[in-house]
Amino acid sequence: MLPPVTKRLAQALRVTIFLILLAFTWLFWSGLFQPLLLALGALSCLLTCYVAQRMHYFDDETFALRFSPTFVAYLGWLAKEVLRSSLEVSRVVLDPRLPISPRVVEIDAGALHAVDQAILGNSITLTPGTLAIDVHRGIIQVHCLTKEGAQSLVSSDISGRVAALRKG
Amino acid sequence: MPMILEGLSWIFLSLGGVFVFIGGLGALRMPDLYTRMHAASVTDTMGAVLILGGVMLQAGLTLATIKLLVILLFLLLTSPTASNALASAALLAGIRPGTTPTVPRERET
Repeated sequence: MLPPVTKRLAQALRVTIFLILLAFTWLFWSGLFQPLLLALGALSCLLTCYVAQRMHYFDDETFALRFSPTFVAYLGWLAKEVLRSSLEVSRVVLDPRLPISPRVVEIDAGALHAVDQAILGNSITLTPGTLAIDVHRGIIQVHCLTKEGAQSLVSSDISGRVAALRKG
Repeated sequence: MPMILEGLSWIFLSLGGVFVFIGGLGALRMPDLYTRMHAASVTDTMGAVLILGGVMLQAGLTLATIKLLVILLFLLLTSPTASNALASAALLAGIRPGTTPTVPRERET
């Protein structure tokens, strides 16, 4: 455990780096240097910083995403899943009988880091036909539109894939 | 080459429009909140990717395309977050998933 002073210093450093990054991003995307727009930019950066601080973003460094080859491969797999399930949900919507069989399945993510749980939950929600509705004690409750969708989610081992991201 | 890009862009935009329509139709046809959200997420993913992809092809290799790419990235990051917030709020408000009849339309007729 670091002494409080060192901890505060490390936090201040992170806030400063974050602010510089935000300011650079604003200037890069806007490309305008009128006083009004610069003031709005400064306000936005400070507001973002405040919200991030409230979310304990600066407490430790766990939020850094690493773009390893595994992560790129995961994104490719996720894109394929999104495409497949979009077509599946579209087929269900266009079917006159509306063949839905909604159900809730539980995905165990207790072994995962909090950031990885967030990646897992967001990946599930991003995929049409599956929707993460609650996380409690490492168990993610997932609402599925069809029985087939629930089965393919459980058999896809998405939890294992996300766990592999941290190993690099 | 411009002709091919134009055609491809046209295909992307039309397909994106179809998926947005399907998402809207699904949101109307589904019986309860959670199933409606499933249908709407087709709009968030396929609709957004295809339409922004089509616009990117129109813009060509410019700063606008990079900005569109970043917008797409932010959409894909934020829409699940919004969905999670909506679903959590619904759950807290006491809307239990699966308490509505799954196939109400067949029973009505």
